[in-house]
Amino acid sequence: MSHADEHEGSRRDFIYYATAGAGAVVTGAAVWPLVNQMNPSADVQALASIRVDVSAVAPGAQLTVLWQGKPVFVRYRTEAEIALASEQDADLATMPDQVARNSNIDNEAAPGTDANRTLPTPEGSDYPAGAWLVQMGVCTHLGCVPLGDGAGDYHGWFCPCHGSHYDVSGRIRKGPAPENLPIPVAEFVDATTIQLG
Amino acid sequence: MSGIPHDHYEPQSRLAKWLESRLPVIGLIHGTLMIPTPKNLNWMWIWGIVLAFCLALQIATGIVLVMHYTPHVDMAFASVEHIMRDVNGGHMIRYFHMNGASLFFVAVYAHIFRGLYYGSYKAPREVTWIIGMLIYLMMMGAGFMGYVLPWGQMSFHGTAVITGLFGAIPFVGESLQTWLLGASAVGQPALNRFFSLHYLLPFVIAGLVIVHIWAFHSTGNNNPTGVEVRRGSKAEVEKDTLPFWPYFVIKDLFALSVILTIFVAVVGFMPNYLGHPDNYIEANALVTPSHIVPEWYYLPFYAILRAFTSEVWVVMFAEWISFGIIDAKFFGVMAMFGAIAVMALAPWLDTSSVRSGRYRPMFKWWFALLVIDFIVLMWCGAMPAEEPYATIALIGATYWFAYFLVILPLLGVIEKPDTPPATIEDDFNAHYGASADTPAE
Repeated sequence: MSHADEHEGSRRDFIYYATAGAGAVVTGAAVWPLVNQMNPSADVQALASIRVDVSAVAPGAQLTVLWQGKPVFVRYRTEAEIALASEQDADLATMPDQVARNSNIDNEAAPGTDANRTLPTPEGSDYPAGAWLVQMGVCTHLGCVPLGDGAGDYHGWFCPCHGSHYDVSGRIRKGPAPENLPIPVAEFVDATTIQLG
Repeated sequence: MSGIPHDHYEPQSRLAKWLESRLPVIGLIHGTLMIPTPKNLNWMWIWGIVLAFCLALQIATGIVLVMHYTPHVDMAFASVEHIMRDVNGGHMIRYFHMNGASLFFVAVYAHIFRGLYYGSYKAPREVTWIIGMLIYLMMMGAGFMGYVLPWGQMSFHGTAVITGLFGAIPFVGESLQTWLLGASAVGQPALNRFFSLHYLLPFVIAGLVIVHIWAFHSTGNNNPTGVEVRRGSKAEVEKDTLPFWPYFVIKDLFALSVILTIFVAVVGFMPNYLGHPDNYIEANALVTPSHIVPEWYYLPFYAILRAFTSEVWVVMFAEWISFGIIDAKFFGVMAMFGAIAVMALAPWLDTSSVRSGRYRPMFKWWFALLVIDFIVLMWCGAMPAEEPYATIALIGATYWFAYFLVILPLLGVIEKPDTPPATIEDDFNAHYGASADTPAE
């Protein structure tokens, strides 16, 4: 009798586990599409690259363009700003974020010097080296758009939302933001046109 | 429904008997409305009715607004202006909905602080308290998503900031934020899904409200003395309580009418007083308003979020001990959610054997300081992120955590509480005289 009970018990256990297992798989299979539909759709994901004509930008001016739904700062820095940025390189060791955050450099640990963050000037142009700084206009704290034109304690950008100060090279210096303003994939395709993405 | 002895519904007519034997719904409503309620409840026990009214108001006005609103980035702002200018009476309906959210939060804060002072969260009402905290979280979610819908400047950049909170979570944050927004930035997918969820959440809240009421109908109401209703016999119960209908319904409706007089005056004469002019500018991804502030009811927690910058030693310590995984940004986010979490844990952090703050001489002062702290944090949250507000906010945030994590557990040990009255009847008679012993029925 006890033998029969055991036998019956183990078969019943098997059915319990099999049912529970099948139930879990079916639930997961049913829930996953409901979760995944919230991820970016194909049209949103379609990788857009845009070309920005910078011929009309004067030294000391900043162009803000919308790329993939986010603002990008394209700044043509003056000689004085370039000089100040290399002066600020001296503080690199004490900066909260010491790497370049530049998508155009393969080495993720590249130090955040001004030279590692600026856009290489096209050959044959008369822009001084380090004149062009192209970076995402999205504060690395919580995503506000920082104010430019020398704002903040370090004469770069200042985020009004929670008081993050960025320097002339877009490096975080003070406030709650953890990282430097990231540099998107960008290059000069001719002397006056920058391609983003 | 209630654990307190009381009369049960007896159907009289044939129709009522017929229905009751098939679906005892009249009995359920009768039991809910006639629940024995401590007869010494004071005016701080009116907020439940105000909250129920607010939920009904928001659902009713919301359903009507949706008939005229378009959840599309190109049309949302214009459709709200259409409601304001063209829809018959649309501007008043929207103003009631906008300010209804504010009244909702005024009432919920009064309700929560009532619970904190009179120890309503303590055993055996922990489940009521936890459900209440869930409702409060859902209210914050619903309020935030509703604020996004007009697609003004504050809507847009507020969304960027709030979804950025989830982006701060180590490792999974960025994909979580992208999943929430349906894109790498705030746009059509976010607006569309927030609209869907803003419509859903009030009904989830309504469901939770039923569970909230069910829970305290099982334990019985707390009251200003914190002394339990005597349950030995029905006669004892009747000395401590009165039925909810009509006594407390009439009292609550009187209070509601006073509050609504003020509310309607605000809606009628200063409907935009609590809003921000920036939200009447259509959303523009390229320009962040110079001063981003959430609605007033989020300000205390917003101040806590901003208080913990990388210069604060606890933040530095957390970053060092976690090998840099917890940075200032994530710390701020944890502090903000933690501020609500510690409040939810109050039933287990408070060690005092006396329930009501009325009989706790030291607790009273710390509690008063907590209320002041809440108001100071609200003020700091509205100010720009600079000195001296940053330091004041840090002190305020520290006190908030200290109250729940240090003061509540310690007070139970070091404080010598006064003796509460033996029964609710004693407390009632001390106020109104023994002649009120037998209420006119």
